[in-house]
Amino acid sequence: MVDPRTSTINERMRGIGRIIAVSSGKGGVGKSLVAATLALTLAKKGYKVGLFDLDFTSPSTHIILGIEGVQPKEEKGIVPPIVHGIKYMSIIYYSGEYATPLRGADVSNALIELLSITRWDKLDFLVIDMPPGIGDATLDLIRLIRNIEFLVVTTPSQLAFETVRKLVSLLKELKIPVMGVVENMKMNDSKIIQQRSQKLGLNFLIAIPYDPKVEEAIGNTNKLLNTMLVKKVEEIDSKI
Amino acid sequence: MHEWALAEAVIAAASEIAEKEGLSEIKEVKIKVGELQQIERDILEFALSQLKSTKFKNAKFNLEIAKAELKCRVCEHKWFFGKEKLDESTAEAIHFVPEVAHTYIKCPKCGSPDFEILTGRGVWLESIKGVKQDDG
Repeated sequence: MVDPRTSTINERMRGIGRIIAVSSGKGGVGKSLVAATLALTLAKKGYKVGLFDLDFTSPSTHIILGIEGVQPKEEKGIVPPIVHGIKYMSIIYYSGEYATPLRGADVSNALIELLSITRWDKLDFLVIDMPPGIGDATLDLIRLIRNIEFLVVTTPSQLAFETVRKLVSLLKELKIPVMGVVENMKMNDSKIIQQRSQKLGLNFLIAIPYDPKVEEAIGNTNKLLNTMLVKKVEEIDSKI
Repeated sequence: MHEWALAEAVIAAASEIAEKEGLSEIKEVKIKVGELQQIERDILEFALSQLKSTKFKNAKFNLEIAKAELKCRVCEHKWFFGKEKLDESTAEAIHFVPEVAHTYIKCPKCGSPDFEILTGRGVWLESIKGVKQDDG
Protein backbone atom coordinates (compact mmCIF):
# COMPACT_ATOMS: atom_id res chain seq x y z
CA MET A 1 0.00 0.00 0.00
CA VAL A 2 1.43 3.36 -1.05
CA ASP A 3 0.25 6.80 -0.01
CA PRO A 4 0.18 8.63 -3.36
CA ARG A 5 -0.03 12.14 -1.89
CA THR A 6 3.65 12.63 -1.10
CA SER A 7 4.52 12.12 -4.79
CA THR A 8 2.91 15.43 -5.80
CA ILE A 9 4.08 17.74 -3.03
CA ASN A 10 7.27 19.00 -4.68
CA GLU A 11 5.43 19.40 -7.96
CA ARG A 12 2.78 21.52 -6.18
CA MET A 13 5.50 23.73 -4.69
CA ARG A 14 7.58 24.03 -7.84
CA GLY A 15 6.47 27.60 -8.54
CA ILE A 16 7.58 28.88 -5.13
CA GLY A 17 10.84 30.82 -4.83
CA ARG A 18 11.63 30.49 -1.14
CA ILE A 19 9.87 28.45 1.52
CA ILE A 20 10.47 29.85 5.00
CA ALA A 21 9.38 27.91 8.09
CA VAL A 22 9.09 30.28 11.07
CA SER A 23 9.93 28.04 13.95
CA SER A 24 10.98 27.84 17.57
CA GLY A 25 11.63 25.27 20.23
CA LYS A 26 9.05 26.78 22.56
CA GLY A 27 5.55 28.19 22.33
CA GLY A 28 4.68 31.78 23.19
CA VAL A 29 7.80 33.40 21.71
CA GLY A 30 5.92 35.19 18.91
CA LYS A 31 6.39 32.84 15.97
CA SER A 32 2.92 33.51 14.61
CA LEU A 33 3.31 37.28 14.92
CA VAL A 34 6.67 37.17 13.14
CA ALA A 35 5.33 34.81 10.44
CA ALA A 36 2.15 36.82 9.82
CA THR A 37 3.89 40.22 9.77
CA LEU A 38 6.76 38.89 7.64
CA ALA A 39 4.19 37.74 5.05
CA LEU A 40 2.38 41.07 5.34
CA THR A 41 5.47 43.24 4.86
CA LEU A 42 6.76 41.14 1.95
CA ALA A 43 3.34 41.43 0.26
CA LYS A 44 3.33 45.21 0.84
CA LYS A 45 6.69 45.39 -0.95
CA GLY A 46 5.08 43.83 -4.00
CA TYR A 47 6.26 40.24 -3.65
CA LYS A 48 3.92 37.33 -4.34
CA VAL A 49 3.49 35.82 -0.89
CA GLY A 50 1.71 32.86 0.64
CA LEU A 51 1.14 32.22 4.34
CA PHE A 52 0.41 28.71 5.56
CA ASP A 53 -0.59 28.24 9.20
CA LEU A 54 0.70 24.82 10.14
CA ASP A 55 -0.12 25.13 13.81
CA PHE A 56 -3.18 22.90 13.37
CA THR A 57 -4.18 22.53 17.00
CA SER A 58 -3.69 26.22 17.86
CA PRO A 59 -3.87 28.28 14.67
CA SER A 60 -3.67 32.04 15.25
CA THR A 61 -2.37 33.87 12.14
CA HIS A 62 -5.97 34.42 10.96
CA ILE A 63 -6.64 36.31 14.22
CA ILE A 64 -3.45 38.38 13.89
CA LEU A 65 -4.34 39.43 10.34
CA GLY A 66 -8.09 39.71 10.98
CA ILE A 67 -8.97 37.13 8.34
CA GLU A 68 -12.57 35.94 8.34
CA GLY A 69 -15.38 35.14 5.96
CA VAL A 70 -13.14 33.72 3.23
CA GLN A 71 -12.79 30.18 1.92
CA PRO A 72 -10.49 28.51 -0.62
CA LYS A 73 -11.82 27.85 -4.11
CA GLU A 74 -12.10 24.29 -5.31
CA GLU A 75 -10.41 23.99 -8.68
CA LYS A 76 -8.46 20.84 -9.47
CA GLY A 77 -7.32 21.03 -5.87
CA ILE A 78 -7.84 23.98 -3.57
CA VAL A 79 -6.82 27.55 -4.32
CA PRO A 80 -6.25 29.71 -1.23
CA PRO A 81 -8.01 33.10 -1.12
CA ILE A 82 -5.91 36.27 -1.28
CA VAL A 83 -6.26 38.49 1.80
CA HIS A 84 -4.17 41.66 2.36
CA GLY A 85 -2.20 40.58 -0.72
CA ILE A 86 -1.34 37.21 0.85
CA LYS A 87 -2.47 33.78 -0.38
CA TYR A 88 -3.69 32.48 2.93
CA MET A 89 -4.11 28.84 3.96
CA SER A 90 -5.12 27.48 7.35
CA ILE A 91 -6.97 24.51 8.83
CA ILE A 92 -9.51 26.99 10.22
CA TYR A 93 -11.33 26.88 6.87
CA TYR A 94 -12.28 23.34 7.85
CA SER A 95 -12.18 23.26 11.65
CA GLY A 96 -13.84 26.65 12.20
CA GLU A 97 -13.79 27.99 15.73
CA TYR A 98 -13.83 24.54 17.32
CA ALA A 99 -11.06 22.70 19.13
CA THR A 100 -9.18 20.27 16.90
CA PRO A 101 -7.47 17.69 19.11
CA LEU A 102 -4.91 15.92 16.92
CA ARG A 103 -2.28 13.35 17.74
CA GLY A 104 1.05 13.28 15.91
CA ALA A 105 -0.01 10.90 13.15
CA ASP A 106 -3.12 13.02 12.51
CA VAL A 107 -1.02 16.20 12.31
CA SER A 108 1.16 14.45 9.76
CA ASN A 109 -1.80 13.28 7.72
CA ALA A 110 -3.52 16.67 7.68
CA LEU A 111 -0.26 18.36 6.72
CA ILE A 112 0.39 15.95 3.84
CA GLU A 113 -3.22 16.32 2.68
CA LEU A 114 -3.04 20.13 2.58
CA LEU A 115 0.42 20.18 0.97
CA SER A 116 -0.73 17.81 -1.75
CA ILE A 117 -3.99 19.55 -2.64
CA THR A 118 -3.18 23.26 -2.18
CA ARG A 119 -2.37 25.06 -5.41
CA TRP A 120 -0.10 27.99 -4.56
CA ASP A 121 0.83 28.60 -8.18
CA LYS A 122 3.66 31.15 -8.48
CA LEU A 123 5.01 32.71 -5.29
CA ASP A 124 8.19 34.55 -4.38
CA PHE A 125 7.86 33.53 -0.74
CA LEU A 126 5.81 30.98 1.16
CA VAL A 127 5.93 31.72 4.89
CA ILE A 128 4.96 28.82 7.14
CA ASP A 129 3.88 29.37 10.73
CA MET A 130 5.08 26.26 12.53
CA PRO A 131 3.80 24.67 15.72
CA PRO A 132 6.38 24.86 18.54
CA GLY A 133 9.04 22.22 18.96
CA ILE A 134 10.64 19.55 16.85
CA GLY A 135 7.65 17.27 16.47
CA ASP A 136 5.74 15.85 13.53
CA ALA A 137 5.19 19.05 11.55
CA THR A 138 8.89 19.96 11.60
CA LEU A 139 10.01 16.45 10.72
CA ASP A 140 7.46 16.20 7.91
CA LEU A 141 8.46 19.49 6.32
CA ILE A 142 12.12 18.47 6.40
CA ARG A 143 11.18 15.10 4.88
CA LEU A 144 8.81 16.37 2.22
CA ILE A 145 9.91 19.82 1.05
CA ARG A 146 13.16 19.92 -0.83
CA ASN A 147 14.08 23.61 -0.47
CA ILE A 148 12.78 24.40 3.01
CA GLU A 149 14.68 26.90 5.16
CA PHE A 150 14.08 27.94 8.75
CA LEU A 151 13.75 31.29 10.47
CA VAL A 152 14.12 30.78 14.20
CA VAL A 153 12.37 32.91 16.82
CA THR A 154 13.41 33.17 20.46
CA THR A 155 12.85 35.50 23.41
CA PRO A 156 15.63 36.85 25.64
CA SER A 157 14.88 34.00 28.05
CA GLN A 158 17.60 31.39 28.33
CA LEU A 159 14.81 28.80 28.54
CA ALA A 160 13.58 29.75 25.06
CA PHE A 161 17.10 29.95 23.68
CA GLU A 162 17.98 26.51 25.01
CA THR A 163 15.14 24.97 22.94
CA VAL A 164 16.26 27.05 19.94
CA ARG A 165 19.77 25.65 20.34
CA LYS A 166 18.38 22.12 20.13
CA LEU A 167 16.23 22.92 17.10
CA VAL A 168 19.18 24.51 15.32
CA SER A 169 21.53 21.65 16.11
CA LEU A 170 19.01 19.23 14.60
CA LEU A 171 18.65 21.37 11.48
CA LYS A 172 22.41 21.67 11.13
CA GLU A 173 22.86 17.94 11.44
CA LEU A 174 20.28 17.42 8.68
CA LYS A 175 21.91 20.14 6.56
CA ILE A 176 18.74 22.24 6.48
CA PRO A 177 19.49 25.96 6.01
CA VAL A 178 18.74 28.34 8.88
CA MET A 179 18.24 31.91 7.64
CA GLY A 180 18.78 33.43 11.03
CA VAL A 181 17.54 34.20 14.51
CA VAL A 182 14.94 36.74 15.60
CA GLU A 183 14.97 37.82 19.23
CA ASN A 184 11.47 38.91 20.22
CA MET A 185 10.05 40.75 23.26
CA LYS A 186 13.35 42.27 24.27
CA MET A 187 13.14 44.29 27.50
CA ASN A 188 16.72 45.57 27.82
CA ASP A 189 19.95 46.06 25.88
CA SER A 190 21.47 42.68 26.68
CA LYS A 191 23.49 41.21 23.84
CA ILE A 192 23.51 37.69 25.26
CA ILE A 193 21.17 36.14 22.68
CA GLN A 194 23.00 37.84 19.83
CA GLN A 195 26.35 36.57 21.10
CA ARG A 196 25.07 33.06 21.75
CA SER A 197 23.48 32.93 18.27
CA GLN A 198 26.67 34.08 16.61
CA LYS A 199 28.65 31.55 18.63
CA LEU A 200 26.48 28.86 17.06
CA GLY A 201 27.36 30.27 13.64
CA LEU A 202 23.87 31.72 13.17
CA ASN A 203 22.92 34.93 11.46
CA PHE A 204 21.38 37.18 14.14
CA LEU A 205 18.76 39.06 12.12
CA ILE A 206 16.89 41.41 14.45
CA ALA A 207 15.97 42.17 18.04
CA ILE A 208 12.36 43.25 18.49
CA PRO A 209 11.68 45.31 21.61
CA TYR A 210 8.63 44.40 23.69
CA ASP A 211 5.84 46.53 22.30
CA PRO A 212 2.57 46.71 24.27
CA LYS A 213 0.85 48.28 21.24
CA VAL A 214 0.99 44.95 19.40
CA GLU A 215 -1.81 43.44 21.47
CA GLU A 216 -4.21 46.29 20.55
CA ALA A 217 -3.23 46.00 16.91
CA ILE A 218 -4.10 42.31 16.59
CA GLY A 219 -6.72 41.80 13.91
CA ASN A 220 -6.09 45.20 12.32
CA THR A 221 -3.36 45.21 9.68
CA ASN A 222 -3.24 49.01 9.44
CA LYS A 223 -2.50 49.29 13.15
CA LEU A 224 -0.05 46.39 12.95
CA LEU A 225 1.94 48.12 10.23
CA ASN A 226 2.55 50.99 12.65
CA THR A 227 3.99 48.88 15.43
CA MET A 228 7.66 48.63 16.33
CA LEU A 229 7.34 44.89 15.72
CA VAL A 230 6.50 45.38 12.05
CA LYS A 231 9.13 48.07 11.58
CA LYS A 232 11.70 45.59 12.85
CA VAL A 233 10.31 42.69 10.81
CA GLU A 234 10.66 44.88 7.72
CA GLU A 235 14.40 44.81 8.38
CA ILE A 236 14.32 41.03 7.89
CA ASP A 237 12.86 41.56 4.42
CA SER A 238 15.95 43.42 3.32
CA LYS A 239 18.27 40.85 4.87
CA ILE A 240 16.83 37.77 3.21
CA MET B 1 -12.79 19.38 -7.74
CA HIS B 2 -10.38 18.30 -5.10
CA GLU B 3 -10.65 14.75 -6.52
CA TRP B 4 -8.56 16.05 -9.41
CA ALA B 5 -5.61 16.78 -7.10
CA LEU B 6 -5.88 13.29 -5.62
CA ALA B 7 -5.98 11.77 -9.12
CA GLU B 8 -2.81 13.70 -9.99
CA ALA B 9 -1.18 12.24 -6.89
CA VAL B 10 -2.24 8.70 -7.85
CA ILE B 11 -0.82 9.06 -11.37
CA ALA B 12 2.43 10.60 -10.08
CA ALA B 13 2.91 7.85 -7.48
CA ALA B 14 1.99 5.07 -9.93
CA SER B 15 4.46 6.50 -12.48
CA GLU B 16 7.20 6.54 -9.83
CA ILE B 17 6.55 2.88 -8.98
CA ALA B 18 6.42 1.90 -12.65
CA GLU B 19 9.75 3.63 -13.16
CA LYS B 20 11.30 1.87 -10.17
CA GLU B 21 10.05 -1.55 -11.26
CA GLY B 22 10.93 -1.02 -14.91
CA LEU B 23 7.36 -1.29 -16.21
CA SER B 24 6.93 0.01 -19.73
CA GLU B 25 3.18 -0.32 -19.73
CA ILE B 26 0.70 -0.31 -16.87
CA LYS B 27 -2.22 -2.73 -17.08
CA GLU B 28 -3.98 -2.27 -13.80
CA VAL B 29 -3.91 0.09 -10.84
CA LYS B 30 -5.80 -0.87 -7.69
CA ILE B 31 -6.82 2.09 -5.56
CA LYS B 32 -8.42 2.06 -2.15
CA VAL B 33 -10.61 5.03 -1.38
CA GLY B 34 -11.49 5.59 2.26
CA GLU B 35 -15.13 6.29 3.00
CA LEU B 36 -14.25 9.00 5.53
CA GLN B 37 -13.05 11.32 2.78
CA GLN B 38 -16.32 10.88 0.82
CA ILE B 39 -14.61 11.02 -2.55
CA GLU B 40 -16.92 11.40 -5.54
CA ARG B 41 -16.08 8.20 -7.34
CA ASP B 42 -17.23 9.40 -10.77
CA ILE B 43 -15.11 12.55 -10.61
CA LEU B 44 -12.02 10.64 -9.44
CA GLU B 45 -12.48 8.08 -12.24
CA PHE B 46 -12.99 10.84 -14.81
CA ALA B 47 -9.90 12.74 -13.61
CA LEU B 48 -7.82 9.55 -13.74
CA SER B 49 -8.96 8.87 -17.31
CA GLN B 50 -8.07 12.44 -18.33
CA LEU B 51 -4.65 12.44 -16.68
CA LYS B 52 -3.43 9.14 -18.14
CA SER B 53 -0.07 9.39 -19.86
CA THR B 54 1.04 6.99 -22.62
CA LYS B 55 2.24 4.42 -20.13
CA PHE B 56 -1.28 4.23 -18.72
CA LYS B 57 -3.05 4.10 -22.11
CA ASN B 58 -4.46 0.62 -21.54
CA ALA B 59 -4.54 0.75 -17.76
CA LYS B 60 -7.63 -0.17 -15.80
CA PHE B 61 -8.19 1.74 -12.58
CA ASN B 62 -9.93 -0.41 -9.99
CA LEU B 63 -11.42 1.65 -7.21
CA GLU B 64 -12.45 0.00 -4.00
CA ILE B 65 -14.26 1.91 -1.28
CA ALA B 66 -12.98 1.04 2.20
CA LYS B 67 -15.40 1.45 5.08
CA ALA B 68 -14.23 3.92 7.69
CA GLU B 69 -13.87 2.23 11.05
CA LEU B 70 -13.05 4.32 14.09
CA LYS B 71 -11.81 3.19 17.50
CA CYS B 72 -12.00 5.23 20.68
CA ARG B 73 -8.65 5.44 22.46
CA VAL B 74 -10.32 6.07 25.80
CA CYS B 75 -13.00 3.36 26.02
CA GLU B 76 -11.89 1.20 23.05
CA HIS B 77 -15.35 1.26 21.47
CA LYS B 78 -15.28 0.62 17.71
CA TRP B 79 -17.79 2.08 15.27
CA PHE B 80 -18.32 2.84 11.61
CA PHE B 81 -18.41 6.39 10.28
CA GLY B 82 -21.78 7.42 8.88
CA LYS B 83 -21.95 10.68 6.99
CA GLU B 84 -25.75 10.76 7.25
CA LYS B 85 -25.39 12.13 10.80
CA LEU B 86 -23.31 15.11 9.64
CA ASP B 87 -24.52 18.39 8.23
CA GLU B 88 -23.34 19.40 4.78
CA SER B 89 -20.58 21.82 5.78
CA THR B 90 -19.11 19.37 8.31
CA ALA B 91 -19.14 16.58 5.73
CA GLU B 92 -17.39 18.91 3.30
CA ALA B 93 -14.72 19.90 5.82
CA ILE B 94 -13.94 16.21 6.46
CA HIS B 95 -13.87 15.64 2.70
CA PHE B 96 -10.97 18.10 2.36
CA VAL B 97 -9.06 17.30 5.54
CA PRO B 98 -10.27 14.01 7.06
CA GLU B 99 -8.44 14.80 10.34
CA VAL B 100 -10.93 17.52 11.18
CA ALA B 101 -13.20 14.56 11.97
CA HIS B 102 -11.64 14.99 15.43
CA THR B 103 -13.30 18.39 15.60
CA TYR B 104 -16.80 17.16 14.83
CA ILE B 105 -17.07 13.45 15.65
CA LYS B 106 -17.10 12.05 19.17
CA CYS B 107 -17.09 8.48 20.42
CA PRO B 108 -20.78 7.46 20.53
CA LYS B 109 -20.16 5.60 23.78
CA CYS B 110 -18.03 7.93 25.94
CA GLY B 111 -18.03 11.23 24.00
CA SER B 112 -14.24 11.47 23.52
CA PRO B 113 -12.74 13.03 20.38
CA ASP B 114 -9.59 10.94 20.92
CA PHE B 115 -10.21 8.17 18.44
CA GLU B 116 -8.13 6.32 15.90
CA ILE B 117 -9.10 6.00 12.25
CA LEU B 118 -8.50 2.26 11.81
CA THR B 119 -9.47 2.02 8.15
CA GLY B 120 -10.97 4.13 5.41
CA ARG B 121 -9.14 7.45 5.75
CA GLY B 122 -7.83 8.60 2.36
CA VAL B 123 -6.69 7.40 -1.04
CA TRP B 124 -4.16 4.56 -1.25
CA LEU B 125 -2.40 2.80 -4.07
CA GLU B 126 -2.86 -0.87 -3.37
CA SER B 127 -1.13 -2.51 -6.32
CA ILE B 128 0.11 -1.97 -9.85
CA LYS B 129 0.33 -4.54 -12.60
CA GLY B 130 2.17 -3.98 -15.83
CA VAL B 131 4.55 -5.22 -18.50
CA LYS B 132 8.28 -5.13 -17.74
CA GLN B 133 10.50 -3.45 -20.28
CA ASP B 134 12.44 -6.67 -21.02
CA ASP B 135 9.25 -8.78 -21.31
CA GLY B 136 8.41 -7.62 -24.73
